[in-house]
Amino acid sequence: MIFKEYDVIVVGGGHAGCEAAASAANLGSSTLLITMDMTKIAQMSCNPAMGGVAKGQIVREIDALGGYSGIVSDKSTIQFRMLNLSKGPAMWSPRSQNDRLLFGKYWRDLLEQTDNLDFWQDSVNDIIVEKNQIVGIKTSLGITIKSKAVILTSGTFMNGKIHIGKKSFGGGRIGESASFGITEKLTQLGFEAGRMKTGTPPRADGRTLDYSKMEEQAGDIIPGKFSYLKSIKPIENQRSCWVTYTNENVHNILKTGFDDSPMYAGRIQGVGPRYCPSIEDKINRFAERDRHQIFVEPEGWDTVEIYINGFSTSLPEDIQIQALREIPGFKDVKIFRPGYAIEYDYFPPTQLYSTLETKLIQGLYFAGQINGTTGYEEAACQGLMAGINAHLKTTNKEPLILSRDQAYIGVLIDDLVNKGTEEPYRMFTSRAEFRILLRQDNADVRLTPLSNAIGLASNERLRNVENKVTGTQEIIRYFKSTSITKEDANNILLNVESAAITQQVKLSSLITRPQLGIQSFIEGQSDIKKQLMHYENDMLESAEILMKYESYIEKEKELADKMLKFETIQIESNFDYSTINSLSSEAKEKLRKIKPTSLGQASRISGVSPSDISILMISLGR
Amino acid sequence: MHYNLNDTIVALATPQGVGAIGVIRLSGPLAISICNSVFKGKDLNKEASHTLHFGKIVDIQGEIIDEVLVSIFNGPNSYTGENVVEISCHGSPYILQRVLEILHTQGARSAEAGEFTLRAFLNKKLDLSQAEAVADLIASDSKSSHHLAMQQMRGGFKNTIAGLRTELINFAALIELELDFGEEDVEFANRDKLIELINKIQAMLLPLMESFQLGNVIKNGVSTVIAGRPNAGKSTLLNTLLQEERAIVSEIAGTTRDTIEEALVIDGIVFRFIDTAGIREATDTIEHLGIAKTFEKIRQSSIIIYVFDCTQLNEVDVIEDIKQLHAGDIPVLLIANKIDLIAITPKYKYPNLTVHSIAAKENRNINELKKLLHDLVLSNTKVVANDIIISNLRHYEALTKANKALESVQCGIANKISGELVAMDLKEALTSLGSISGVIDIDQDILGAIFSKFCIGK
Repeated sequence: MIFKEYDVIVVGGGHAGCEAAASAANLGSSTLLITMDMTKIAQMSCNPAMGGVAKGQIVREIDALGGYSGIVSDKSTIQFRMLNLSKGPAMWSPRSQNDRLLFGKYWRDLLEQTDNLDFWQDSVNDIIVEKNQIVGIKTSLGITIKSKAVILTSGTFMNGKIHIGKKSFGGGRIGESASFGITEKLTQLGFEAGRMKTGTPPRADGRTLDYSKMEEQAGDIIPGKFSYLKSIKPIENQRSCWVTYTNENVHNILKTGFDDSPMYAGRIQGVGPRYCPSIEDKINRFAERDRHQIFVEPEGWDTVEIYINGFSTSLPEDIQIQALREIPGFKDVKIFRPGYAIEYDYFPPTQLYSTLETKLIQGLYFAGQINGTTGYEEAACQGLMAGINAHLKTTNKEPLILSRDQAYIGVLIDDLVNKGTEEPYRMFTSRAEFRILLRQDNADVRLTPLSNAIGLASNERLRNVENKVTGTQEIIRYFKSTSITKEDANNILLNVESAAITQQVKLSSLITRPQLGIQSFIEGQSDIKKQLMHYENDMLESAEILMKYESYIEKEKELADKMLKFETIQIESNFDYSTINSLSSEAKEKLRKIKPTSLGQASRISGVSPSDISILMISLGR
Repeated sequence: MHYNLNDTIVALATPQGVGAIGVIRLSGPLAISICNSVFKGKDLNKEASHTLHFGKIVDIQGEIIDEVLVSIFNGPNSYTGENVVEISCHGSPYILQRVLEILHTQGARSAEAGEFTLRAFLNKKLDLSQAEAVADLIASDSKSSHHLAMQQMRGGFKNTIAGLRTELINFAALIELELDFGEEDVEFANRDKLIELINKIQAMLLPLMESFQLGNVIKNGVSTVIAGRPNAGKSTLLNTLLQEERAIVSEIAGTTRDTIEEALVIDGIVFRFIDTAGIREATDTIEHLGIAKTFEKIRQSSIIIYVFDCTQLNEVDVIEDIKQLHAGDIPVLLIANKIDLIAITPKYKYPNLTVHSIAAKENRNINELKKLLHDLVLSNTKVVANDIIISNLRHYEALTKANKALESVQCGIANKISGELVAMDLKEALTSLGSISGVIDIDQDILGAIFSKFCIGK
C-alpha cells in the first residue's frame, strides 16, 4: 500500500477537477487529484476563452468563493472585454481570451502550491463501495486508494468516442485515450446513464490567414479582470480577435459532406446543444441564412495557432479545409488539426442532491460534464461546490448550498438536480429569475462572507468586501443627504443633454437619469469631487448601480423573500410520499425520485403543482 | 411557482349563488386595514378583536355599495390565526362581486382553493387529525376549479390566451436573445415592432377585460329597468314576471327608496328587474328627486323595458317619452300593455323599434316577452362578436395584471430602459397569462423559442 487513506479523491484534472481539488485541500481535507495526464491539467479543450454573458458572472462568483478560475484567467488573459456594456449592469459580463498553455500552467502552479494536495497520474476504472458508502477507487495500474469521499469529474472521457466524417475512434480528446469501467460500475449500482455530444472546430495556422479581409475586434481600452483580489492586476497589452463570415460557397461545399456526416448518418446518438450547433447544423436548420459569423481567436501570446470560433464540425477533414478556403481571409489556410464531434457518458443530474453528492452512494460526488453541463465555467463552479461539500460532509459540517437568489451557481445546481437536462446545459442570464441581484459587480458581497464562514475565502477577501460595503454605503448616504443648487446641477445636466431643473434637489434624485453617472458629478463639481475622490472605483460603481436600479433591485428582493418561506420548510430525506393519498401520482413519483430537501425545492420540480405543495406542507405538519 | 403566504387574501365564505346574506372573508396581515379603507363607520384599526361593527362599504368614488356588518378578529385568535375580517353583506351576487372587486383594488388577492384552511392549518389552528381532510379538500377544490376554468376556456377564450402567450413569448425571446447572445450575429428586437405587437396584444386584452364585465352581467344579473308613466302597469308586469318563474327574491336594501330590485332567471340568465318611479312632470321636490333617481338607474342599466298603457298613449306621446329616457345605446323594449282592454291590437310604427303587446294582468304574451329578453342578451353584439365571456374574478385579476405589466413594458421602451428590465415586466405579463391557462414554466418556453428560431452559438 503506497497510499494513505485520503479524505477526498478527485478523479479528473479539468476545470471541475482542479477547482474541486483546490477547494477541498484549501479547506483542510487531505486530497488526491488523479488525472490521466499531468501535462493536460486544466486544458481548454474548446475555445481559449473564459467568461461571457452569464458565464463571466459565474467566474466572478467562483473567485468570490475563493476558487482559482478567476485568478488563472486573469493571469493568462490576452484580451479582455466587458460584454453588454450598452445594457443594464446586471447584463455586464466579463470575458477574456486566454493563452491556452499559460492557462494550464498557472492552474498547475497554483495547485502545486496548495497544501494538503497530492497528485497521481493514472486512469481510474473502478470505484469501491461498501454499504452505499464510497470507500475508494481502483486505477488501471491496479492500485487501490481509499478515501472518505470521491469526486468524479470525467468530462468527455467516460467511454468517449470521437467522430470525424466516417471515421470514429475511442478518445477523451483528440490524441488522448478515453476512460472505461466507471459507467458500467455505476450502472450496476443502479445509476441511470446517458450519452451526450459536443464538438469543436478545426485549429488554423495563423501564418496562412489574411487579416486584411477580416474585421478587427480589439479588447477594451481599459481592460478589467475577474478576480476581486487586489493583488491581481488587469493586463496592459492585448491581442485582437478578428471577425469574418461564411458564404454560399462555403455552405455548398459543406453540403457535399453531409452524406458522410456522423450526425446525419445516425452514427452519433448523443444529444448535442441547440445553442452551440455545428456549422453543418447551422446551414441545415437555418437554410435561409446566407452567412454565419466566424470569430478568429488567437490561442495565445506567442503561438500562431488560431481557434476558428463558429465553425464547429465533424464533417470529413478534406471537406473542412475546402470549405474554410472559401471564407474571406482563409484562401490559403492550413490547419493544425480538424474539428471533430465527441460523444461521452453522463449521468442525469436528478440523481444528485444539491450538494452534488449522489443519492445512491454516500460520499460520491459528480461535477462538470458528467452532470450533463457544458462550458468551463459551469464545470469549474460545480467542482468548487463539490469540493466544498465533500469536505464539509467528511468533517460532519452543514453543507453549503447556494440559493437561486444568491448566485448563478445556485441557479445552475438547482436546475440540474430538480429539472435535469435534455441537452448539454449552459448558463444563460434568462435562466436566473433574479438576475438583477446576480451581478458581476456584487458577487463578492453576495458570496465571500459565506465562503469565509466555512474557512475557504481568506480574511483578506472578507476585509475587502467589508470595506467595499462600507464605502458604498457612505457614497449612497452622501448622495441621499446632499443637495445641489440648480445652477450647479444644470451645468452638469447641460453636459449630457439632460433636461434642466428649476430648484435645488438631492443628488440622489438626479442619479437615476439614464445619461448621468457618478463620474458626471465628480467631473462636474469640485465639492463632490473632494468628497468622493478617495473612494475606490468598485465602490463608486456599486453605489451608482444600487442607486440607479434601486426600484428593480427592491422588486426582485421582494420576490426572492416570498420564495424564502418555502425554502426554510425542510423535508426529511426518508420522507414517505406514498402515504399521502391526496398527492397526484405524478407528483409522488417525481418527489420520490428527486428527494427534495425543502418545500421550496419541491415546488420547482416539474410536475409538482401548487396544490401538491399545499398538500405536502400539511403532511409535513407545517 | 407557489403562492405567497404573507399577503392578504379574500374570498366569498358563503356558497356562490344567492342567499339572504353573503359573507366575504379576508385573512392576512392587512385584512383589517384593507377593510377599513373601504368601510364607512368606525375606524376598524382601533377596534378590539372579536367585535362586530355596523357600517357601509363604499367604492373609490365614495359611492355606497352596501350596508354591512363587519366582524374583526386579531391574529392569532382567529380562524386562520392571522388577522381576519368577515363582512356580512346582503346576498346579491352583484353586491358581493362589487365588494370583492373593491377589496381587490385595495390590495387583497383572491384566495386560492383551500387557502384559508391551509393558512389555518399552518398556524396550528387545526389539529393533525384534520390534516388529511384538509389535503383532500385542497385536492378536490383545485380539481374542480381547474375543471371550471377549463370549461370556461373552451372555444375562443382559450385560443385567445394561448395566441397572446405565444406572441408574447416570441417577444420575450427576442429581448432575451439580445441579452444573452448580444455578441453574436443575431437580429435585435425592433422596438417599434415590439410596441406595435404590444398594442395588438392590448387590443385583444381590453375586450377580454370588458367581456369580464359582460360575463358578470350574465352571471350576476342583467340590470333591466322597467320604466313608464304612472299606471302604465309596471308593477303589475313585474309581479306577473315573478309569479310565473320561481323568483329569486332578494330585496336589496338599496340607496333609493323609489326603486325595487327583483331577480329572475330566464333560461339560465339572471335578470335584475328594477321597478322605477313613474316618468312624468315633477310637481314637487320629493318627486323630482325620485325621478332623478329613475334616470340614474336607467343610465346604469343594460336593458330598458318601456311600458305604456295602450289605451291612454298615442305614438307621439310614446316617442316623446322614449326621447326623455336618454337611453343612449342601451336597448329599449317597447311594451304596449293592457291590450286586453281594447278590441284590436294596434299596429305601431316606430323607427328602429318594435312594439311587443301584452296584457300583464291577464298574463298574456309574457312568455314571448321573456324570450325577447333572453334573445336580446344573447344577441348583444359584444357577446356574440367575441364569443368570450370571462366570469371569473381571478381571470380578470390576471388579465389586469398582464395589462398593467404590458403598460410598464411600453413605458420602459419609451424611456429606452435596458432589455433585462423590460424583460422583468414581460415575464410578469407572461406569468399572469400563464396563471389562467395553467402553463407556468416561462423560462423553458423562452429558451425553446430562442433555439428554434435563431441561429446562435459561436
